[in-house]
Amino acid sequence: MNDTSPTPGNGGAKLRKNDLVAWADEVWKSYDGGRIGVLQGASLEVRPGQMVALWGPSGSGKSTLLHLLGGLDVPDRGDLSVCGLDPRKEADRLMLRRKHLGFVFQLHNLIPDLTVEENLHVPALAVGRPRGESAERIRELTEKVGLGHRLGHRIQDLSGGERQRTAICRALMNSPGLILADEPTGSLDEKTGETVFALLRSLAEREGIAVVLATHERRFAEACNHILRVREGRLSEV
Amino acid sequence: MRFLRLVPTNLRRHRIRALIGVAGIAFGVAAMLTILAIVTGAIGMFERILATDSHFLVFERNVSDLFFSSVSTEQVAAVRALPQVDTAHPLLFGIVSSPGHPIITCFGVEPDDPRLAKAEWRSGSRAEFGAKPGEIFLGSRAAEFLGAQAGEEIEIGRAHFRVGGIFKTENGFEDGGVFLPLAAAQEFFHREGLSSVVAVKLRHRDQGGAFKAAVEAKYPGLIALENREFNQSYTQFRILHFTAWAVGICAFLLGGLGVANTMLLSVFSRIREIAILRVCGFSSRQVAALIFTEAASIAAAGLAIGFLIGLVVLVSLQNVPQFHGYIQVTIQPGIVVGIIGTALLTAIAGAVYPAQYASRIQPAEALRYE
Ligand SMILES: Nc1ncnc2c1ncn2[C@@H]1O[C@H](COP(=O)(O)OP(=O)(O)O)[C@@H](O)[C@H]1O
Ligand SMILES: [Mg+2]
Repeated sequence: MNDTSPTPGNGGAKLRKNDLVAWADEVWKSYDGGRIGVLQGASLEVRPGQMVALWGPSGSGKSTLLHLLGGLDVPDRGDLSVCGLDPRKEADRLMLRRKHLGFVFQLHNLIPDLTVEENLHVPALAVGRPRGESAERIRELTEKVGLGHRLGHRIQDLSGGERQRTAICRALMNSPGLILADEPTGSLDEKTGETVFALLRSLAEREGIAVVLATHERRFAEACNHILRVREGRLSEV
Repeated sequence: MRFLRLVPTNLRRHRIRALIGVAGIAFGVAAMLTILAIVTGAIGMFERILATDSHFLVFERNVSDLFFSSVSTEQVAAVRALPQVDTAHPLLFGIVSSPGHPIITCFGVEPDDPRLAKAEWRSGSRAEFGAKPGEIFLGSRAAEFLGAQAGEEIEIGRAHFRVGGIFKTENGFEDGGVFLPLAAAQEFFHREGLSSVVAVKLRHRDQGGAFKAAVEAKYPGLIALENREFNQSYTQFRILHFTAWAVGICAFLLGGLGVANTMLLSVFSRIREIAILRVCGFSSRQVAALIFTEAASIAAAGLAIGFLIGLVVLVSLQNVPQFHGYIQVTIQPGIVVGIIGTALLTAIAGAVYPAQYASRIQPAEALRYE
């Protein structure tokens, strides 16, 4: 395999693989012992700071691909690399989650009876970061997303938009190189969804963080730098 | 280890569940502490009956209980005549009954027995002990429950005795017992010329070896044990000790199962949350460590509360008049260490499966469903 390749997602230009934040090469994934073939040779490249949309209908395999990139699941076949690490390896996976990746899900996946602040401390606790340091980061992030006054509130007392903003802060806590966002606006009303999306984009831009965003909504896909259409288990540039 | 800060947060969030776990351990600890302290205290008391002013006990070899031991008058005299011996006091144990009181310990002693000398005489005096036939002497607690006063006649085992005197002793067993002159006791129990044990005080403590050898050479049917040796080898004490630990450990197993149950419930109800921790960078070991630490914290809280409850119970029991003198709380360091060890061990053992379960949660699986 070449060191450079015209994989969708690099905007046509050629880039050394080492310079990419993430790449996938001919990745296959099926469930139920091969009966449900979800990904059938999916390839992509993500450059630093780039926002890539995975656009496709429900059930097309967007979440599956994000899980593979995030090391939450392993592919049947094909190569993967995220921030220079191999998400298929257990040791690399832990490192990825701790230092290089942030996750935002459709459902906020915060701990409901903890406060915003306590939830945001979780990624810092995993790596043993001193409390003072992470408190500083929490203040900075929550102010940026307009949650500075909600730090002591429990997640269950927040609105949907506030929860998703908290989830975005959590993904950013350890200053990752890549955020994997799986329909982050999927459970929000239209207006709130737009606000949250705009926030995610501006924060990622400001911090130079790449984003892979799974969405079935064209308007969000179109607001990204690149759109990859997910169809029949493969990705194609739109 | 900073991630363990989540432990207090988690326990606070699931307060009721944590408290149930704590209560389980606390009751185990309290039960164990109470039982062990009472048993050790009782054994200590019995030991002191035997050890009053003596170094060695001489009794019949291979008897399961001192009540069955027989030492003849001739053997007593021979022991007393040994060059190492300062004093030797024969003692005959028996059980008597009186209407309404089926079990009263009876001590047959000689008038010069150190027990009588040490007692605080409430009525009568030591000089009167054995002076007149048909007289019995009562420990103050025995006098109380028999409702007897000096000079009155009481019925003991179908026979009638006149109460010659009443005295108070430190020791609960003695204070709740009745005393007869040795000869009268032998006659009463049909054990003429026999006593149960001989309590021996040596001229010099370091002559123990020579004394023991001399006794056992002369009378192979007898055994001479130093008090400490006796306490360690006496079967009845061993049975008591064993029973106490067994009951205590059973109480604990229940507590441990409680912790296992608490932790398992807590893991099952937090599958999604644990998946979130994993996604946020917690390793499976960190997850297991969280569960273990939660269990250990529950055990630690249970220990503290259990010791407190146990002490309150023991102090209250000691102050109940009926038990007075019988319960002598003895909390040896070994007991404390044993209880702490058992509590932590059961809690940790109870957390093994929950921790294992928690550390195997696959984040992708757990987060897929709402
Ligand atoms: N663990 C699994 N077991 C069985 N089928 C699965 C599993 N995960 C995903 N699928 C199936 O794979 C297909 C793609 O799912 P998914 O990646 O979630 O799609 P999308 O995120 O685009 O909606 C769906 O048909 C889904 O039912
Ligand atoms: Mg999906």
